[in-house]
Amino acid sequence: MALLTLLGIPLFAAIILAFVGDRRYAPEINIAGSAATFAAGMGLAFEVYLHGPTLAGNKFFFVDAFNVYLAVLTSFVSMTTSVFSRRYMRREREHGRVGSIRMRFYHAMFQVFIFAMLLCLLTNNVGVLWIAMELATLSTVLLVSLYRTPTAIEAAWKYFILCGVGIAQALFGTVLLYFAAEKVLGEGGEALLWTNLSLVSDRLEPTVLSLAFVFLMVGYGTKVGLVPLHNWLPDAHSEGPTPISAVLSGLLLNVALYALVRCKVLVDGATRTHHAGDIMMGFGLLSIVVAAFSLLRQKDIKRMFSYSSIEHMGIATFAFGLGGPIATFGGLLHMLVHSLAKSAIFFTVGHASQMHRTQDMEKIKGLIRGNPLVGWGLMFGVMAIAGMPPFGVFTSEFLILTATIKDAPLLTPFLLLGLVVAFAALFRRVQPMVSGEVPENQKPMTVAHLPVLLHMALVLFIGLYMPEFLNQWFHTAVELLK
Amino acid sequence: MNLSVAANINSFLAALVLLTAFGMLVQRRMYGLIHLFAWQGLFLSVSTAIVGFVAGKHHLYISSLLTLSLKVVLLPYILHVLIHRLRIQKEVETVVNVPLTMLIGIGLVIFSYHLTAPVRELSTLVTRSTLAVALATVMIGLLMMITRRHAVTQIIGFLAMENGLFFAATSATYGMPLVVELGVALDILIAAFIFGIFFFHIHTTFDSLDVEKMARLKESD
Repeated sequence: MALLTLLGIPLFAAIILAFVGDRRYAPEINIAGSAATFAAGMGLAFEVYLHGPTLAGNKFFFVDAFNVYLAVLTSFVSMTTSVFSRRYMRREREHGRVGSIRMRFYHAMFQVFIFAMLLCLLTNNVGVLWIAMELATLSTVLLVSLYRTPTAIEAAWKYFILCGVGIAQALFGTVLLYFAAEKVLGEGGEALLWTNLSLVSDRLEPTVLSLAFVFLMVGYGTKVGLVPLHNWLPDAHSEGPTPISAVLSGLLLNVALYALVRCKVLVDGATRTHHAGDIMMGFGLLSIVVAAFSLLRQKDIKRMFSYSSIEHMGIATFAFGLGGPIATFGGLLHMLVHSLAKSAIFFTVGHASQMHRTQDMEKIKGLIRGNPLVGWGLMFGVMAIAGMPPFGVFTSEFLILTATIKDAPLLTPFLLLGLVVAFAALFRRVQPMVSGEVPENQKPMTVAHLPVLLHMALVLFIGLYMPEFLNQWFHTAVELLK
Repeated sequence: MNLSVAANINSFLAALVLLTAFGMLVQRRMYGLIHLFAWQGLFLSVSTAIVGFVAGKHHLYISSLLTLSLKVVLLPYILHVLIHRLRIQKEVETVVNVPLTMLIGIGLVIFSYHLTAPVRELSTLVTRSTLAVALATVMIGLLMMITRRHAVTQIIGFLAMENGLFFAATSATYGMPLVVELGVALDILIAAFIFGIFFFHIHTTFDSLDVEKMARLKESD
């Protein structure tokens, strides 16, 4: 029941917001809707913690330890993002960058996007998983082009076309999966239910499934932003409004990786080899190294952090590819802490670029003097994302590194190279932005404190102490993904 | 209708689908492209109905009707209206290197046959031989999106890919479960509205639907 409520609230909120339009209290309704979604998410988490995995809606939806924490994370980050978005978008409106119709569209689509992501996470049907993923893309395409500048339209077109092409490959993979499943489970919708498939995965035809995985990897890999399928990502994540950048980087990439990992489990069960894992490790490692070196060349602040997202998704993909309890645990944790840290960074970046009216890093200076929360928030955010202790990202990267040294020692230098280069690249850029005198072009402004503080506190907390319920979920999920 | 006749008709329709795909690859006129796309949709729809009849799968009739209304009527109509409104009826796209594109297309067909060989061996359906054609249609749609520079052409390539996927679903498995097919159709419909809006945005901002004109987002050095 909690499950259906969780899915229903964002959809309902979207309808309300489509009618409310650009009224003064629209952002507040957006916040209320997202907060209610988060409350429902917590309720669901509590239920799963007490009673274990559940099915709902005629086996159409299900929750287990793997998707429950992602659902809570998704609803949490979308709540904080809606809080951040209230001030941010109001100011964009005052600057005349968006009009009344586009504000209506923005709020309604924000909620549709959340609905699509939650549907992706909670559906039991591998076909519906694909549909929801496409819906999540479609609902954000026009948000990326919200400002209607030439670059924004170009970015959105690229996003639309490249993700459309990519995800079409995933549908072909899904067709092949259904082809194999139908032989074992019989025809009809039941044969695409993940809970049924995972029970019989060892009886699925291995040759078909390994072929299917290639297509699924290319398809969902495009949405995860893995190199060399990442071309759309830096553009789409940097040209849209910052709240959208935060949820795209922090949430949608996770959801796509979730879809990929779910499929990998089935393929592993059928083939009983490590092929799927090897492919994922290859893509992951390539993403880490290429993104780390691309970080060095960036001038636009949001573009730089988009490349950082590619790097981190590479790390998580690599971890799931490596497999084994330690790496998988690390991968799950990494998805969580990256999402929290990266969206916090985007919140501060949004304020910083609004204060300077530019995204050019050369022109952003003196943030700590100008606005301590933005300056220190960005500084600590970057420390967290670069993997400095005691933040949570350090813990997950440390686990993944340990597992790599143990299981694939030859790859350790590449992984370390990527991490070190990314570290250096980020600090080289962030140092001048936060320090120094306040420049003339900086305008003081009030900022939303809560989202940044809350996210950073959580990342720090998880780095210092792993709560029992999270630990238990991760261990159960590790068993599931074995 | 006995099975071998149906299989033959189906292969013939598959050949027509592939032929339209190649036609789209080199067609330069906007309306010509749309008509080819509509024909492809019609062949698909007929093929689906025949498979549904022979195999006794009645939900395939719904898929067939869905294809007919969406891909033969609605989408071509929307594209017609958009082209008319944007006043680009007369626009002729320069297609470079037709022979080379065709050769790559043929290569893709052979590659598709090679790739789907293990699946064909396992399948017992009357439609199994068409799976390679379906994959080839997807690949040719992809090739079209890469080689062509016009926004409308890219979208038609995208829709042709979707046709190939639909064909793959009917030829490999007698169609995906109905809920999935309906969902996919809904996604296509939403996509159609989005690209419609996009055409106007691109046209007003860049004064052309040539995608080459938008090349501002490059890696700065």
